[in-house]
Amino acid sequence: MAIFTNAETKLVVQGITGRDGSFHTTQMMEYGTAVVAGVTPGKGGQSFKGPGGKSVPIFNSMDQAVAATGANASVIFVPPPFAAGAIMEAADSGVALVIAITEGVPVLDMARAHAFARDRGARVLGPNCPGLITVGGAKIGILPGSIVTPGPVGVVSRSGTLTYEAVYQLTSVGLGQTTCVGIGGDPLIGTNFIDCLEAFEADPETSAVVMIGEIGGTDEQDAAAFVKEHMSKPVVGFIAGQTAPPGRRMGHAGAIVSGAGGTAAEKMAVLEENGIPVAKRPADIVGLVREALA
Amino acid sequence: MDLHEYQAKERFRAAGIPVPPGEIATTPAGAEKLAEDLGGKVVVKAQVHSGGRGKAGGVKLAANPAEAKAHAAAILGMEIKGLTVHKVLITPAEDIDTEAYVGVLIDRATQAPTFIVSAAGGIDIETVAHETPEKIRKLTVDPRYGLLPHQAYWLADFLYDDPSLIKQTTKIIAQLYDSFVNSGSSMAEINPLITTPSGEVKAIDAKMSIDDNELYRRPEVAAMRDSSSEPPAETLAREAGLSYVKLDGDVGCCVNGAGLAMATMDLVKYYGGAPANFLDIGGSSNPDKVVAALEIITADPNVKSILFNIFGGITRCDDVANGIVEAMSRIDIEQPIVIRLTGTNEEIALKILKDAGFPAYTSMDAVVEEAVKLAKGAEA
Repeated sequence: MAIFTNAETKLVVQGITGRDGSFHTTQMMEYGTAVVAGVTPGKGGQSFKGPGGKSVPIFNSMDQAVAATGANASVIFVPPPFAAGAIMEAADSGVALVIAITEGVPVLDMARAHAFARDRGARVLGPNCPGLITVGGAKIGILPGSIVTPGPVGVVSRSGTLTYEAVYQLTSVGLGQTTCVGIGGDPLIGTNFIDCLEAFEADPETSAVVMIGEIGGTDEQDAAAFVKEHMSKPVVGFIAGQTAPPGRRMGHAGAIVSGAGGTAAEKMAVLEENGIPVAKRPADIVGLVREALA
Repeated sequence: MDLHEYQAKERFRAAGIPVPPGEIATTPAGAEKLAEDLGGKVVVKAQVHSGGRGKAGGVKLAANPAEAKAHAAAILGMEIKGLTVHKVLITPAEDIDTEAYVGVLIDRATQAPTFIVSAAGGIDIETVAHETPEKIRKLTVDPRYGLLPHQAYWLADFLYDDPSLIKQTTKIIAQLYDSFVNSGSSMAEINPLITTPSGEVKAIDAKMSIDDNELYRRPEVAAMRDSSSEPPAETLAREAGLSYVKLDGDVGCCVNGAGLAMATMDLVKYYGGAPANFLDIGGSSNPDKVVAALEIITADPNVKSILFNIFGGITRCDDVANGIVEAMSRIDIEQPIVIRLTGTNEEIALKILKDAGFPAYTSMDAVVEEAVKLAKGAEA
């Protein structure tokens, strides 16, 4: 078991014929993800040639793809101008999980898309996120399958490569993972730390969670309060951006210290206050996880 | 992207908000001329992307054109929080009865545009919200329907008792929301919104931040970018598609991914050094990007050592190593460079780098420690 996906997960790739969409579809299929359909408007009826001679049918729209294949999840690789529309189309098609990889979606578009998806009961992960990987199950998005190994640790993060770094270090000492989730670096994201922590708490396979945050917003602080109130499993934290100057966007649209709030120091203090040990550097995460599991 | 006050005012005027006239001067003589045209008694306001202009002496009242000229001479060229003033806004001095605050921004918690208004205007709204929360009124807008007329009224009604002031302000608030949406803004603020003794409501200061992700579809807003107000390296980086922020240290950092880039900077500090920059080179192994990144990093005279920290996930490390080697053959770098590559095909990558004569590492800690040591050695 794991979070957000299971053996029944059937995935549609929105934007399957694009450069990133086709590359990552192959990667996802090689990992073992059940990719049942692709959507590219105007290319319905064609098919995507996957690894091992597998063929994936392409449809013009999400409703056609879902009707024909029974898909229940989608991943979005379409360019920024069309990404919010793709999310809303996916939510309308009835899939339960929509993972938006696209970076650079206008935030006002996302305000509307998140409200629309919430009304239809679809879980959105992202946008501007690496997706998730359930070890030995479904890999949805761009997380590299080569760095994970099965084990008891759940990983949730706002970052991409920093997550890989942490997972890689865990794997290299034999601390395997259940699910690794990248929630995304944008200011408005569909699934936040608390959603993931709640799911990890409920997942019988997960024994400890690594939470990797960064400057900007109050998601980590809110998550810390949630951990104290509602979690029996140990959580280990890391916060990036101690040296980030205020008022400057550090790559991620959401990674900005504005006014008095959102600094790394503040977040680290709130985590510690709520009983979450915080690694001073990425290399210390492994030690803290070992202690948590001991 | 932040707009200057005068640019935000242009956006507000276009939406119908009453904003006093004003023009930009880049010389003291120009300021004098504009002051004459505007009736003599004016305010001279530095146009920089920084708060605290008033405290820094960047906003001055002039009783006549000669004074406007003198103030402009003092303000032009002045540095405010490290930014040089190249432009001043000349605008008529207004008679002020009351000052209020009206702002709208994208709120992360509600995932929607949120208005904040307060009759305690002219001062820092975060301080007001923190110390006297009863003095602010907040409203979350459903972005699918926009700001509804009764909501705009509800906000205006919190600010004034006089029906005429409420009516004027209701309209201004609705216009501010339109301007916010039509500019692709993430924050728009009028502080202060004034009332005059004759009963008019006007916006005499304006602030606006644009969501960078909107710029592709708003060329008229994108054209407002003032590259002279940012360090040249940041302009270069943006044009090369790199995310770069200059810092004060001496260890140049070139990293793939924003989170890992921040963590690398933090690790430089952990080992007693100081990062010279934030730089996210992205997922590509393209030598052109590496060259652009190195040109930007080495243009900073403070840089004493350079470190690469690349996690090859989907990107293969050997591709990245080849990219770095090719980039190095195209550019001369004086500073010592240390490289860390981890992930897919790292053994091949390390061999490529070692054969080309570069110190290569697989541990993030080792490479950062070495880069800090090299920067310190260069100082000695």
